[in-house]
Amino acid sequence: MTAVRAEPATTGAVAMQRPGLKVPIALGVFALLAVLLLALLAPAGTSTFSLSASGSGAVQLPQIPLHARTTGIVVSLLAVLMAIGSGLLVRAGRRVPLWYTVVFAVILVVGFLAWATAGHTLPVTGLLESALALSAPLIFGALGGVVSERVGVVNIAIEGQLLAGACVSAVVASITQNLVVGLIGALVAGVLVSFVLAAFSIKYVVNQVIVGVVLNVLVLGLTTFFYETVLVNASDTLNSPPRFANLPIPGLSLIPVVGPVLFDQSVITYLMYVAVVAVFVGLYRTRWGLRVRAVGEHPQAADTVGIDVGRTRFWNVALAGAIVGIGGAYFTLGSVGAFSQNMTSGAGYIALAAVIFGGWDPLRASLAGLLFGFASSLQNTLGILGSPVPSDVLLTLPYVVTIFAVAGLVGRVRGPAAAGRPYLKG
Amino acid sequence: MRLELHGITKRFGALTANDRIDLDLRPGEIHGLLGENGAGKSTLMNILYGLYQADEGRVLLDGEEQHFTGPGDAMRAGIGMVHQHFMLVPVFTVAENLMLGHEQARLGFLDLPAARARVREISARFGFDIDPDALVEDLPVGVQQRVEIIKALSRDAQVLVFDEPTAVLTPQETDELMAIMRQLKESGTAIVFITHKLREVREVADRITVIRLGKVVGEAEPTASNSELASLMVGRSVELTVDRTPSAGGDTGLVVEGLTVLDARGHTVVDDVGFSVRRGEILAIAGVQGNGQTELTEAILGLQEHVTGRIELDGRPLTGLPTRRVLHAGVGFVPEDRQEDALVAEFSIAENLMLDRSDGAPFVKGAGLQRRALATFASEKVREFDVRAQSIETAVGRLSGGNQQKVVLARELSRDLRLFVAAQPTRGLDVGSIEFVHERVVATRDAGVPVVVISTELDEVVALADRIAVMYRGRIVGIVPGDTSRDVLGLMMAGEVPEGTRMAA
Repeated sequence: MTAVRAEPATTGAVAMQRPGLKVPIALGVFALLAVLLLALLAPAGTSTFSLSASGSGAVQLPQIPLHARTTGIVVSLLAVLMAIGSGLLVRAGRRVPLWYTVVFAVILVVGFLAWATAGHTLPVTGLLESALALSAPLIFGALGGVVSERVGVVNIAIEGQLLAGACVSAVVASITQNLVVGLIGALVAGVLVSFVLAAFSIKYVVNQVIVGVVLNVLVLGLTTFFYETVLVNASDTLNSPPRFANLPIPGLSLIPVVGPVLFDQSVITYLMYVAVVAVFVGLYRTRWGLRVRAVGEHPQAADTVGIDVGRTRFWNVALAGAIVGIGGAYFTLGSVGAFSQNMTSGAGYIALAAVIFGGWDPLRASLAGLLFGFASSLQNTLGILGSPVPSDVLLTLPYVVTIFAVAGLVGRVRGPAAAGRPYLKG
Repeated sequence: MRLELHGITKRFGALTANDRIDLDLRPGEIHGLLGENGAGKSTLMNILYGLYQADEGRVLLDGEEQHFTGPGDAMRAGIGMVHQHFMLVPVFTVAENLMLGHEQARLGFLDLPAARARVREISARFGFDIDPDALVEDLPVGVQQRVEIIKALSRDAQVLVFDEPTAVLTPQETDELMAIMRQLKESGTAIVFITHKLREVREVADRITVIRLGKVVGEAEPTASNSELASLMVGRSVELTVDRTPSAGGDTGLVVEGLTVLDARGHTVVDDVGFSVRRGEILAIAGVQGNGQTELTEAILGLQEHVTGRIELDGRPLTGLPTRRVLHAGVGFVPEDRQEDALVAEFSIAENLMLDRSDGAPFVKGAGLQRRALATFASEKVREFDVRAQSIETAVGRLSGGNQQKVVLARELSRDLRLFVAAQPTRGLDVGSIEFVHERVVATRDAGVPVVVISTELDEVVALADRIAVMYRGRIVGIVPGDTSRDVLGLMMAGEVPEGTRMAA
């Protein structure tokens, strides 16, 4: 991971690229797996896809029964055809478009779901709803990563910022019994972690990757110590914050499928929508964004037009910490309602992967976060339904998706040229 | 606007980079600032531009003292700079680069149409054709420089500093730049033109100030002769021409045929190149930086991976051989980046002198170094090549550029050579060292070795070459006699061969 991060441009450039062949090969492998698993080893039985959220929703949608073996055969046939199609595209000298890969992936996922949930009812709306909620911390983390790296500071400390945000928000919200104050606490916690990162990497030019990793370990140690010595004994007063209830948006939340998924969420998820749009628009359309990008690409050029590189980096790393901190509050105020040790369990690293998978672009990094969130949600759902896949294997699902996404599909992406490099005058 | 610098002094530790420098500049004037590399020109301009703070001295604009704490202050006061290494963000468009730092914005939102209009307006004034929405990294170097100029002008710069602006340009682009500078001068802009190239400063400057070792050593009129300026710049009289007899011209030594080199991404960087060099002949390969010269030399040395074609030395093939065997075949090589590729900065002079002979006699026996043999050899070479250092144990990184290059030459020229390849052998050197290097190159030729010199400096090419091959976009445009005129060479460096050009191959 870190090796890839350090010099994204060069590693990409050195490898001789045979354009396009990678995608057909990957699709082919997946198509073969589909034939083997979904068609030949299909279980008997029917999976029922339920599109209506239980209880809510004005319009009741029909339940869709999918016969596992039939679906498996159809899906694997489609997959094989699409893999061959992509090979033909490449032979004709064309690139395989992204939507092609996405359609392929969606078909496979449907096939996999029908296979894995044979004999059960799959709550599709619930699956997607929880996917969105689970991706909230990843997306906040990815946005913070994008802002920080775009300004030229590699942010490995996302994990630490999430964890600090989770811990502080739980305690603050428990004491004040006020969710908004708890959220502000998370934000402040993220900023404090950022201050350390910024001070060491900008002022004292310590290697940014090392500071980030050390911060993650430090925050993990501190929160664990605090949890075991204080929170465990005083969980009633210090570790029982209120939780954000789902806040359905009138009207919008009644739309079938889309409504409950997108508009019956907690405040943290709505904040996430705002953050994605704000960072995206801000980065490309405003003075702030132009300066951030200039400082991350060519700090000396920014300096010569009168932009204070050190200060710009410092405050934007702090801003990144604030964004990530809010994501940390999801774990406590938005989900479980109490802090426990190492409760982020690597979400920060997955967010970091989303930054790279998304090519340092806020929108695409958010979509990557969504993908990883979906993998987590799928793992939860299948675990509950009792699928034929062993639960330990299911637990690795989000991480497997991460590895495939970053290693297989990214290819050559160019990150901010000056990310990771301290700026010294003269 | 009238600019005056009074008694500017800047020290970096023990080194005094600027020592009580005075300079004044009037509107509508081009003031040449002439000095060797390391003389303190850039330090002075960085002080003027607010990037450095002077230890002593005053900067006056129209008689008012200025205290710049950063480039922003200098720009607001009307000082603009065209940097040697362009200060443009490569992934931004021209318009975005133009507005960076003084963005026109509504509620924080960028007003791109206004920036585009500004690019078009200033471009039109100077007859540039620049697309405001083009990405800077896609533009040729000459055009990027114009973007730098537009950027400075868009802030209403009254004083414009050009820092070694011609280093990256073809001769034609240099002429165009000078026309632009004259046009700016007509419109009342005051210009500081920093350079170490005598011809250019004489052509365009109204007055010339010469700086040596951080001090102003004299003022000169542009009518002064090259040798007068050069002796002011160096501090003693110097030979600007290299003494050499016409080439004796022996048997063919090096033959290159159909050489093609691909880079790591599969792009062709050297495209079907062929030439031959006789013993006792210097073939200079001219061209603007980045037209495949680097890859060509590296291909000869076995340092490139994807090479097809034929390279033969004295009838034996070199193609595909590992670098060690190429060196053993008698090839001496001066790489273009001496700090990166030629020397290990932390190693002593003696250790650097044996870098290419670590596999046996006379310096290695079994697994041990023969330190005494090495010391004798090193002392001898240091004397022979006039390397100025405290001892042979001095780390090479602490030597001046000229002395570093002498160490490289000493190492490469003290083997029995059958071919000598020197890439940019005098880049960044002072005039005295340039003289020394040129003498050595010619002496090597006179000893009957085929010599290939790669240079982007036309002066050097003309001074050394028996024949000149001009490279453009990976191809050899033509091979011409050593006395070919600069105008013709300049055109060839831009890829054109004028009608009636005599060829020499």
